[in-house]
Amino acid sequence: MTDFISTSFMEHAVTILLFVLLAVTAIAVLRLTNLFAVVMLTGAYSLLSAVLFVVLDAVDVAFTEASVGAGISTVLMLATLSVTGWRRKVSSSSNIVPLLVTLVVGGALLYGTADMPDFGDPNAPANLHVAPDYIKGSEEDIDVPNIVTSVLASYRSFDTLGETGVIFTAGIGVMLLLGSRRKKKAATDKTGETA
Amino acid sequence: MNHHLILRVITKILIPPILLFALYVQFHGDYGPGGGFQAGVIFAAAFVLYALIFGLDAANDVAPPHIVRGFTAVGWLLYIGVGVWSLFLGAPFLDYSVLAHDPIHGQHYGILLVEGGVGITVASTMITIFNYFAEHGRLPKEGDDD
Repeated sequence: MTDFISTSFMEHAVTILLFVLLAVTAIAVLRLTNLFAVVMLTGAYSLLSAVLFVVLDAVDVAFTEASVGAGISTVLMLATLSVTGWRRKVSSSSNIVPLLVTLVVGGALLYGTADMPDFGDPNAPANLHVAPDYIKGSEEDIDVPNIVTSVLASYRSFDTLGETGVIFTAGIGVMLLLGSRRKKKAATDKTGETA
Repeated sequence: MNHHLILRVITKILIPPILLFALYVQFHGDYGPGGGFQAGVIFAAAFVLYALIFGLDAANDVAPPHIVRGFTAVGWLLYIGVGVWSLFLGAPFLDYSVLAHDPIHGQHYGILLVEGGVGITVASTMITIFNYFAEHGRLPKEGDDD
């Protein structure tokens, strides 16, 4: 088989198929009014993008996308739905202005990609600045086979400190927003018991 | 969910491998894909699964919410603590090379501790967020209170 179909053709075919599936999922998310189905489809969307990351050889990103995007976010969105309700109100306002904004921004982004270096170009600025030092250093100075880990936890540990802080802040935010009613409930429970 | 016998049995079988896989992802992050973020989420998923099948009260007995809430800060403080430790050893903030006699060993210790901090914060934050939403969802709606 591989004699007839080159691997790069297969890779392109898989990529195109995945992008088509992504677009179909996105359109379905837009058109559905049942929020339960919408949450499930966004989970599928995350899983599809995780597969795309695997095609790009970014397994660490794919792993994060699959566990966070497809896994825990779906559960958290379902938990949110149990608070807000399962139906979406269909808005009657016109969609022309949002469509125009999307077209203009999307066109500008597409126009911008014309100036980008080719995918995987070894002479691209991103691959010439600090990346060679990181690739050499993570073998010599850090001795960690997974370069992603050495970049994430050592070279760029300030960023990761900030990211962990973001997650901590998100947790604090949820506690502050949803915690006050819980206290009230607990207080009424106590008075109910004593009465 | 007392009547879902199959779900309960499967959940009981699945939870230990999920926790073990989370620990594998956590500690094998140096060699393969994975790390604190992914491991934390997988670890939290086991508790979320337990809460979904056996109920929030049973899950709260396993992981008391006030302790899990505390761990969200513990992980981040562990991360910052590694940085402060390297400051005290005379190196820049979060420079792991001074944490051991050998710079490479120092880097390994630093990465291990920092990833551990990330894992603890991510896992406990995810469990806490799920907990608050689930708790909120089973309260009477805003209008029903009075």
